[in-house]
Amino acid sequence: MLMTRVIPCLDVAHGRVVKGVRFQGLRDSGDPVELAALYADQGADELVVLDVAATPEERGHHLEVVRRIRRVLPLPLTAGGGVRGASDAEALLEAGADKVAVNTAAVLRPELLSEMALRFGRQCTVLALDAARAGAAWEVVVLSGRERTGRDAAGWARWAAELGAGEILLTSWDRDGTGEGYDLELIAAIRASVGVPIIASGGAAGPEHMAAAVGAGADAVLAASILHDGVTSVPDLKAELARLGVEVRR
Amino acid sequence: MSRSPVVVVRTGTANLASVIASLERAGRSVRLTSDPAAVSEAPYLVLPGVGSFGPVADGLRALGLDRPLAERIGAGRPTLAICLGLQLLASSSEESPGVPGLGVLAATATRFPDAVRVPQLGWNTVTATDGCRLLRDGAAYFANSYRIERIPDRWQGALSDHGGPFVAAVERGPVLGCQFHPELSGAWGQALIERWLEGPTC
Repeated sequence: MLMTRVIPCLDVAHGRVVKGVRFQGLRDSGDPVELAALYADQGADELVVLDVAATPEERGHHLEVVRRIRRVLPLPLTAGGGVRGASDAEALLEAGADKVAVNTAAVLRPELLSEMALRFGRQCTVLALDAARAGAAWEVVVLSGRERTGRDAAGWARWAAELGAGEILLTSWDRDGTGEGYDLELIAAIRASVGVPIIASGGAAGPEHMAAAVGAGADAVLAASILHDGVTSVPDLKAELARLGVEVRR
Repeated sequence: MSRSPVVVVRTGTANLASVIASLERAGRSVRLTSDPAAVSEAPYLVLPGVGSFGPVADGLRALGLDRPLAERIGAGRPTLAICLGLQLLASSSEESPGVPGLGVLAATATRFPDAVRVPQLGWNTVTATDGCRLLRDGAAYFANSYRIERIPDRWQGALSDHGGPFVAAVERGPVLGCQFHPELSGAWGQALIERWLEGPTC
């Protein structure tokens, strides 16, 4: 039986791990390669590394970060941030990513998901879906949260999975970095729309939040601030998740 | 002790960096090839695989790699096939009807049932059957939509469960085929790769 994955997320800008609240107010949280090795040793199931600066001049730096992480990491690595086309995805895969996450570029040109699935496989193609509450539903936000699209998040998830997304990295813009817990209704709404795995992101303060996300339909949970800040550790999280009845790799 | 370089088949669509990094962590140098002679002669050969069955199987044939691969596996020379690489050893796959595989395994790859998450992305429990010399019980990372359902005759193997039992890996002498990604399966996967490199002699 598949186990619930605990996935540390490294938001990287200018070669350093950073973390903010609702994608703003970034502060330094360490060296990405050191943190990757630490989390691997601690029993993380996978790693996500996102280029949050995502400027053209940062591309080369990010590829180098991915290369350096790959050397030390015996775990799956998802890379993303600033992916504009299939050639950006290919460069990240060649540098050592196993999966590539796309957000803004896929919203602007959904066929990108089909192109990536065809060239690299669905299992390499991750839709990063940032969603903000809009009345009774959620709308897709892009450009690191700076722009609301008006597009319905659940409808977009379904379409993206049909096009070729093999996994959805689902971030609640409202909860990101707040520690208030994942947006469980958002997770349930996306779960009802797609059959592909969902990684829940945005708002986790501890194992109770993560167990609740699994109950709402998530297959994996992403955590950033609480790990980088040492509020908890991967082994402690997994022990608590197991106690709460979530099957995890120990 | 001399350490032979490991030859990795460049299948065209595979993401090779993780496999190469894992072999380098095991202290080996790595050579990429799509040359039939190199595939025949390699002391250790890895057939990675990311992509879909038909194009990769056709690509192997177009490069003339299908016969040398089948021959070295038939002769029991050290070969590690990963993920789609394992499925390519089968006779066929539901993913690409009408396209033959290498036919080394008397099996057809079939799609997981709709009742479970497809693709299977994540860690699953692996249970080695009696008689395995390389494979052990543990947890491994999978990324697949298709699988082989039964361990073929004359092979040992390991099973996992995703909507029913499926083949996590097969082994025969120094030939190892993994549906999971040993290079992404943490210390357990790294140890498996190192046992394969040392040979099933113990």
